Amino acid sequence: MPKHDTPMIDELESGPWPSFVTDLKRQAEKSPQCWDILGKMELSFRDRITHWKHGGIVGVFGYGGGIVGRYSDVPEQYPGVAHFHTVRLNQPSSKFYTTEKLRQVCDLWEKRGSGMTNMHGSTGDLVLLGTTTDQLEPLFYDLTHDLNWDLGGSGSNLRTPSCCLGKARCEYSCIDTQALCHHLTMHYQDEIHRPAFPYKFKFKFSGCPNDCVAAIARSDFAVIGTWRDDIRIDQSQVKGYLNGDYAPNAGAHSGRDWGKFDIEKEVLDLCPTGCMRMNGEELQIDNSNCTRCMHCINVMPRALRPGLEQGATICVGAKAPILDGAQFATMTIPFLKVDPDNEFEEVVEVIEKIWDWWMEVGKNRERVGETIMRIGLPTFLKVMEVDVLPQHIKEPRSNPYVFWGEDEVEGGWDRSVVEFRKRHAQ
Amino acid sequence: MGYDPENPMADRITDIGPPHFEQMFPPVVKNNYGKWLYHEILEPGVLMHKSETGDECYTVRVGAARLISVEHIRELCDVADAHCDGHLRWTTRNNVEFMVDAKAKVQPLMDDLKSRGNKFPIGGTGAGVTNIVHTQGWMHCHTPATDASGVVKAVMDELFDYFTSMTLPAQVRIALACCLNMCGAVHASDIAILGVHRKPPMIDYDQISAVCEIPLAVSACPLGAIRPAKGTNSAGEEVKAVAVKNERCMFCGNCYTMCPAMPLADPDGDGIAILVGGKVSNSKSMPKFSKLVIPFLPNTPPRWPETVSAIKNILEVYAKNARKYERVGEWAERIGWEKFFEITGIPFTIKSIDDYRLAYDTWRTTTQFKFTSHIK
Ligand code: HEM
Ligand code: HEM
Ligand code: SF4
Ligand code: SF4
Ligand code: SF4
Ligand code: SF4
Repeated sequence: MPKHDTPMIDELESGPWPSFVTDLKRQAEKSPQCWDILGKMELSFRDRITHWKHGGIVGVFGYGGGIVGRYSDVPEQYPGVAHFHTVRLNQPSSKFYTTEKLRQVCDLWEKRGSGMTNMHGSTGDLVLLGTTTDQLEPLFYDLTHDLNWDLGGSGSNLRTPSCCLGKARCEYSCIDTQALCHHLTMHYQDEIHRPAFPYKFKFKFSGCPNDCVAAIARSDFAVIGTWRDDIRIDQSQVKGYLNGDYAPNAGAHSGRDWGKFDIEKEVLDLCPTGCMRMNGEELQIDNSNCTRCMHCINVMPRALRPGLEQGATICVGAKAPILDGAQFATMTIPFLKVDPDNEFEEVVEVIEKIWDWWMEVGKNRERVGETIMRIGLPTFLKVMEVDVLPQHIKEPRSNPYVFWGEDEVEGGWDRSVVEFRKRHAQ
Repeated sequence: MGYDPENPMADRITDIGPPHFEQMFPPVVKNNYGKWLYHEILEPGVLMHKSETGDECYTVRVGAARLISVEHIRELCDVADAHCDGHLRWTTRNNVEFMVDAKAKVQPLMDDLKSRGNKFPIGGTGAGVTNIVHTQGWMHCHTPATDASGVVKAVMDELFDYFTSMTLPAQVRIALACCLNMCGAVHASDIAILGVHRKPPMIDYDQISAVCEIPLAVSACPLGAIRPAKGTNSAGEEVKAVAVKNERCMFCGNCYTMCPAMPLADPDGDGIAILVGGKVSNSKSMPKFSKLVIPFLPNTPPRWPETVSAIKNILEVYAKNARKYERVGEWAERIGWEKFFEITGIPFTIKSIDDYRLAYDTWRTTTQFKFTSHIK
């Protein structure tokens, strides 16, 4: 495959940030179709428009997801990328790798595809970018036999679940995000690989309310670690912060001189509930008023830790704006046990309740958040069989348009207008 | 052995899922799982996690393009083999983390990374700008209104010093999505770069009968701008097609998603909108959506100078004015959006006033406001 003249994208080889153009050229020495990626990219830069065609259904036998079909609209000019399908590999939970395993993926992909990847797709998959239809079955065979590895999801199915690194390297994690993510991924292989839902459905798991995987913004089912007892305080370490022994916020602000650490200003005043106070050098927290926002813990990680009675808050129904507007996930279950020892029974039960309902009433291409919006949170809460709580709302409704049920009203709705008229002339 | 096309179902393996995460852990992570006590950022890009066992895990975080080659991955593996017993990980924002179990191993690791040109910039921690999460753009998608990898490279080149330092009031998360589908969740980012179309779909009468189900195309439109209508193809024949009420269109592209015969991309129509002030974390204030402050900037490859300078301006004004710990959205809300527009110098246009569903929530219904220069 010939090299193309690419003056515009060559411009992106300069500058301090790693250049994908330089990288593509390096790979092109081994995978000549990369010259055509570069040429075609240059064409898009020149034309200021994409040169990929709409979709195209391809896949491996028996799976309805995991591969995204892609064809060029200028196949003659750049034959190396005429067919350029994506293969989504389900990433190991929280994206730790051994080099041994990664090198196997590299070898496989150099043999069966373009050698280019996305580490990672926005849902979390390890994305292998660009191959032809005839390579898909052989690739899948090698992947499952030699690498012991499987595809992720795409289409109207359960998308590849993802999680933060949680207990693997974060002291804040209140749940075992990886174990939960892996368990559910394995438990729902069928739902990941064979689309049977009204639309896509995403699970994301964050270990604490910092929510590093953005579960509350982009997953239909967000599990976010939390606690329900008291924040653990080590008063001696509080003094350490007061004395300036440790940098606040774990040193995250050390690039600028923000002055001496001021616990009043930096912690107490920024606590959204105003539930903290200093009694001399002793920090006191009125835990019954704490909303577990994490701010104080973020600022003083050596002194404060989440409580010990840990579990998760379940929020349901986040989505990007398309079509009716963006939605964050709605707090549905304030505190749920997340227990690896019973195979996360409580979590599975909640998921299946949601699915049973959504698969019955959800319209085609309707995310569960939109279904809840259309049918109403009150109905959804009834379906979920959860106690109705003031925590479910930010504030009570300000309109009086309540859907009373007939059984809730004394005497029901059946009455006689004839009887009514006897007492009330027209 | 390998795949046999004559016998495709022979010893087929399915539904085995991903490899178990525990196989991938470095020993220091495996041994201290759930035992971490606290962490500290020692310098930009370098973290230390302390365990109750006394163990320490040192992490060096480096930036990476999201679009990377297997050759590049192999080089990352070389580094991990030389310093980290063959382990490494990716973060949710396309950064790569190398972990070692002793402080003495950090400097050699960093020296090695730095000796490899600009491939592995160390940073992305704390109160700075970390890597940009983004989508496919012209590299691989059929619906983009802008590119992804190119814009990201141009922006990160300009913001590079904020990646390698921690001088901002708080962390700033930037995200890019190349169309309104927003595969990268840009709707809750401090600064969001969003590809937008501005021309309604064209109708390809030669293709539409073959590739579209008319009712699906009609119902795809959230604004009811599409109705079934007859059209004439290039052979002069009447075909069943659709008609679009252009003045109702908001350029969301959902029709094209459902019907390939309704393309809307265009070199002049397409470009970038900038949204700011979103956040995901529950820390201090509740999660917030990003808000549209610049409705349109043109697509100007290869370096999108208008977009780059707009973002740099917002970042620098924020850096100068916000209080410690204040995220972009928290700062904008404290000073008021009218002040935000005034001090960033971003012209306020009618396009920032919502007229879609639930728009009323964003209108001002109080006499409280600031007399900024906008009021003549
Ligand atoms: C109606 C809404 C959406 C449509 C029609 C849509 C469509 C697409 C298409 C066509 C692609 C393929 C791009 C390629 O060729 O590689 C894609 C990729 C992808 N989409 Fe979406 N998308 C939508 C929303 C989302 C959302 C909200 C998310 C996640 C929050 C998402 C996550 C992904 C991921 C992870 C990929 C893989 C490639 C990447 O990360 O860039 N999509 N989407
Ligand atoms: C000091 C408190 C915090 C700690 C210890 C912490 C810890 C972490 C860790 C371990 C990761 C890697 C997670 C992964 O990739 O799976 C991470 C990434 C991330 N966290 Fe946090 N987090 C903290 C606060 C926050 C806050 C307050 C936010 C949001 C406002 C946040 C947003 C993110 C994001 C967006 C990433 C991806 C970063 C990247 O790849 O560069 N974190 N954080
Ligand atoms: S979400 Fe919480 S537990 Fe998970 S990595 Fe972020 S700070 Fe740690
Ligand atoms: S977690 Fe948040 S609400 Fe609770 S005490 Fe700390 S700062 Fe206040
Ligand atoms: S955001 Fe739009 S253009 Fe970009 S990858 Fe997703 S669907 Fe394609
Ligand atoms: S782009 Fe969106 S609003 Fe415009 S016609 Fe298509 S579906 Fe309707």
